[in-house]
Amino acid sequence: MSQTKTWDEFMEGIWRQNPVFVMVLGMCPTLAVTVSAVNALSMGVATTFVLICSCALVSLTRSFTPKEVRIAVYIVIIATFVTAVDYAIQAVSLALYDALGAFIQLIVVNCIILGRAEAHAAKHPPLPAMINAAGMGVGFTVGLLALGTVREILGAGALFGVPLFGAGFQPWVVMVLPPGGFFVLGAWLLLFAALERRKQRKLAEVATNV
Amino acid sequence: MNAAAMQPETTPTVAMIRTLGLISAICGLIIVGAYQGTYDAVQENKRIAVERAVFKVIPQAKSIVEYLALPDGKIEKLGAGGTVPGAVKFYAGYDAAGKLAGIAAEGAAKGYADYVRILFAYDPANGAVAGFGVVSSRETPGIGDKILVDRDFLANFPLEAKLSDDNQVLAHEIRAVKHGTKTNPWEIDAIAGATITSRAVARAINDTAQTLLPRVAPHLDQIKEKP
Repeated sequence: MSQTKTWDEFMEGIWRQNPVFVMVLGMCPTLAVTVSAVNALSMGVATTFVLICSCALVSLTRSFTPKEVRIAVYIVIIATFVTAVDYAIQAVSLALYDALGAFIQLIVVNCIILGRAEAHAAKHPPLPAMINAAGMGVGFTVGLLALGTVREILGAGALFGVPLFGAGFQPWVVMVLPPGGFFVLGAWLLLFAALERRKQRKLAEVATNV
Repeated sequence: MNAAAMQPETTPTVAMIRTLGLISAICGLIIVGAYQGTYDAVQENKRIAVERAVFKVIPQAKSIVEYLALPDGKIEKLGAGGTVPGAVKFYAGYDAAGKLAGIAAEGAAKGYADYVRILFAYDPANGAVAGFGVVSSRETPGIGDKILVDRDFLANFPLEAKLSDDNQVLAHEIRAVKHGTKTNPWEIDAIAGATITSRAVARAINDTAQTLLPRVAPHLDQIKEKP
């Protein structure tokens, strides 16, 4: 496998097929846990770990997994690594565990992971599958952080728990409430759509000039 | 023969069972490994979390002992057997000299969004609730969560919680009253705009105190010194 191909596999999830901004998958944790940057980062790291491990195992067992039972196999594998992450987060910090709440367990049904297992890992050898999964995981984490940082700065006047503004700052509370998730996600999607449109227009201009 | 020829791609049952069995075995090993590997750290974290919460509501405490107030009115140290149905768990906080600094217990009541679970400290010497901390709450940020920072609200504590003459119930039910209408030392002056959350705090304290305090009061001598 060539260098460029590997890089391409990795970058797919970060830019071209970004799970949050392009595929708009896994919206449940994306909207729910991104009230602060720390939550967003931990959720992203946990999901990335589950993605890489489960894609590796799915890929390793792909040759002898009959297609009739493949979904059952994927779910068991994903649930296993989610359970492991669940214990690991409890061991690291109970405060974080409480903050993430049910969304750790809900990683099991995160469509990004099941989607990667079915669409990529089941058809590729372990190494490319893991690289692709890592890219998707990083892309998801970046997406969560994009929401988490904006919401924490606007809604709590802080970043990673460090206050940014003076005591006179009046937090924009709605940003850390559920509607804030939709506002910020909508704003990011708008920005990416605008960028994409500008690119298309430039391409069209170049085409007509030639 | 014909039937077999028409379904050439049927996977044998054995293959499916073999794969599922193998995957389950691997996954079982991973889960048990993760559980055992993190068990000590998780238990330690839980213990520290409880200690920190109790030390926050009983600032003089340097160590804690967990007790159960049993339905038959006796109290005993929480053993390895865990809790018993009908028993109320409470924490006795001891100061550096090993003297009882206060007792803490959990209470829960429905707030604006989900249950508000609190840990409150009871000062047996003065018959008062010294203060409280939040164990878990999903109250609206900026409104309901002011219960921890609002000065007027915190000024409600210490809050009188004396037992009636026959030691069966509290002499006065602890309840929240509308902001600015507090007249008695056992009433909680609610935060304007967060009345429901304030009421939940009062109800959480009242519910636990009504059961726990009558059971603990006759046995205070038993827990006066650190065992």
